[in-house]
Parts: sequence; C-alpha cells; structure tokens
Amino acid sequence: MSQTKKEMLVDPLVDNNPITLQVLGICSALAVTSSLQVSIVMALAVIFVTSFSSFFISCLRNQIPGSIRIIVQMVIIASLVILVDQILKAYAFEISKTLSVFVGLIITNCIVMGRAEAFAMKNPPVASFIDGAGNGMGYGLILLLVGFIRELFGAGSLFGVTILETVNNGGWYVPNGMLLLPPSAFFIIGLIIWAFRTWKPKQVEEREYKIQQVEAH
Amino acid sequence: MEGLISLAVKAIFVENLALSFFLGMCTFIAVSKKISTALGLGISVMLVQAITVPTNNLLLTYLLKPGALAWAGFPDVDLTFLGLISYIGVIAAMVQILEMILDKYFPPLYNALGIFLPLITVNCAILGGSLFMVERDYNFAEATTYGLSSGFGWALAITAMAGVREKLKYSDIPDGLQGLGITFITAGLMAMAFMSFSGVKL
Repeated sequence: MSQTKKEMLVDPLVDNNPITLQVLGICSALAVTSSLQVSIVMALAVIFVTSFSSFFISCLRNQIPGSIRIIVQMVIIASLVILVDQILKAYAFEISKTLSVFVGLIITNCIVMGRAEAFAMKNPPVASFIDGAGNGMGYGLILLLVGFIRELFGAGSLFGVTILETVNNGGWYVPNGMLLLPPSAFFIIGLIIWAFRTWKPKQVEEREYKIQQVEAH
Repeated sequence: MEGLISLAVKAIFVENLALSFFLGMCTFIAVSKKISTALGLGISVMLVQAITVPTNNLLLTYLLKPGALAWAGFPDVDLTFLGLISYIGVIAAMVQILEMILDKYFPPLYNALGIFLPLITVNCAILGGSLFMVERDYNFAEATTYGLSSGFGWALAITAMAGVREKLKYSDIPDGLQGLGITFITAGLMAMAFMSFSGVKL
C-alpha cells in the first residue's frame, strides 16, 4: 500500500476527480444540480452508497466467484440505494420528489461500479471504504460547484434564501433563466474541466491531430 | 392512438433522454468518437429499451404494485420497495438473453453489436427509462411506445454527437478544453438546440 489513507481520501477531489478526469458518473449528476440543497442531498447519498458498497464488496471479495461478480455487486449496490431511497421518502419527502428517478439511478452510476471493480475487489475493506468515500466526495464537490453557480445566478438565491434580489421582486438582479435549464449544466461542467486542467496541466488530453504551421508563399 | 404518437414525439425530441435528462452520459461521451460505433450502440440501446420498459411494466402491474398480487391470493401486499432491485435484475437478464439470441440466430448483428451489449446493463438511460415509466404511471401500450421512442431519441442524439466530434477533432481547441471539455460544451449546444422543440404543442 503505497498511498496513505489521507492521500486516498484527498486524491480524488482534484488530482483524480471522477467526473473531470475519469469521466465517470456524469449520468445522474447534472439534472439534479439546479438548486444547492438538492445537490447536497444527492452528493451525500452518493458518498454513502459508494463508501458502503466498496466496503461490503471488499469484505466479500474472496467469496465472490469471478464470473458472476457484476451481479453480486449490483445486488449490494441496489440494496444500499433502496435503503437511501426509503430513508429519503420517509424523512425528506419533498427532496425525494425533486430528485425523482435520480436516486434510483445511483445504481447505474458508473462511479459506484467503477470503484467496486477497480479498487474494492483487490483491497481490504477499510481502504476500500476510504477510497469509496473519497471518490464520492470528488463527485460531490463538482455537484456542489455546479449547484452553487446554477442556483446563485439562475434564481438569485442559495438554499432557497435570496442573495441577489431579483427584478421580479423589485431588486436589481436579472436572473439568467438559462442556468436553470439542462444545457447550462453541460457548459458549467465543460468550463470547470477547463479550469481544472489549466490549474493541473498534466491532465490535458493529447490532440489527435496537430495543427501545422504552413509557410506562406 | 393520437396520444401514443404525441408521447413518441415527446420522448424523442422534447424529453430526449440524453440531452434533457443527462441519462447515459458516460457512454454518450465515451463512445461518440466515430459515427459507426455510435450508431451501433444507439441501435442496441433502442433494442434493449424497447424490450425492458414493457417487461418492467408487466412486472410492476402483476407483481409489485399495491394489490397487484391479488391473483395469487395476497391482496394486501405492497412490494414497490423491491422495485429498483427487480428492474435492474430484469435489465441484466434481458441483456444477457438478447446477447445469446443474437449470437445464435443473427451472428452478423451479434458481431456488430456484441461489444456494446454488456455495457448497456450499466447505462443509466435504460434504468432511467424504466423508472420514468413507473413514475409517470404508463400503461402497457404507452410503456412500449415510450421504450421504443426514448431509445430512438438517445440513438439520434449519440449519432449526431459523433458526427460533430468527427469534424471537431480537426479544429484548434485550447489545450485545457481538449477532449472532454469541448465535448461537454458541444453537448450543451446540442441540448439547447433540442430545447427549441419544447415549444412544440401536440
């Protein structure tokens, strides 16, 4: 084990972020980020599911036969997601309504499967738990960033509390309605990726074609 | 009948799974570099979607809904909390069966689509389709239409995306945006274009 536990937890936040670098788990994420509160609940749910599914899969890793491991992993993940879904329905019904199908879609979130397959199958339970939590947090970080931008500039509020008084309420801020619509999430993620890669240039992808300078005649 | 047609148009354009609900994004970004592979994946998704949504609908109506087990003598049983795990089970099983059938009876199709089929089990568009079917309370005919047309919409989106990306690789893009970044922004522009359909009243 070359990495320390702290590195395993912090590494997926920026250096090896599941969304901006590994291209995992974008699926269910973007649609729920139009308000910050919902983003936080979603992020917590994903952190819970990734860490515990990694933990349990790692506990069972020597008992799971290779040929049916995907199904076993699916069953463990699905049971955890059902747990989250039922808890949300019982204690936070409004939020669970807004999240609608996206809680269920944590099952097919590639981060959960990806970490189970790539890390938990080969490592002891505690390390897997930390790895799962770290990756869940990396995902949550992006979710919160996007949620923050979209709610602040789209509706002029944070957690439903008005920060920028909008024109409709007699204030000065003209809300950018597009930020509440789906396409904006794509743009924001694209720009976040740009920012991350300008900060950490080694994440930049190779060009497939080089632009050549042509001599002028 | 009219209701079904408008449902289909809505599922393909207005509520496109990929561009307005972000479903199946992982594969959407990862497998959209070439038109031919994107088309193959799109067709597989459409096929699986058209099978699994109606199957899950039957499962819901006859096994899981409150009172659905009345035919077996348990009118009070409500198994909806087992929904998620049964839908994903059905999807995994259907994909496996489809793979075997294609392998046995349509080998050329299997060779073309074979590598994509296992990927589809974890494609959120498929599970998402089933969950939307449950949430919106579709009946069997609606579920069949919705499955087929939402799959078609996804296929359309990924093929269009691949077309754009094939041209895009020749352009001069800032280093930090190279690859993933520009792909997201392109997807955003496409989503905006698709949003113009939302004004269509049926």
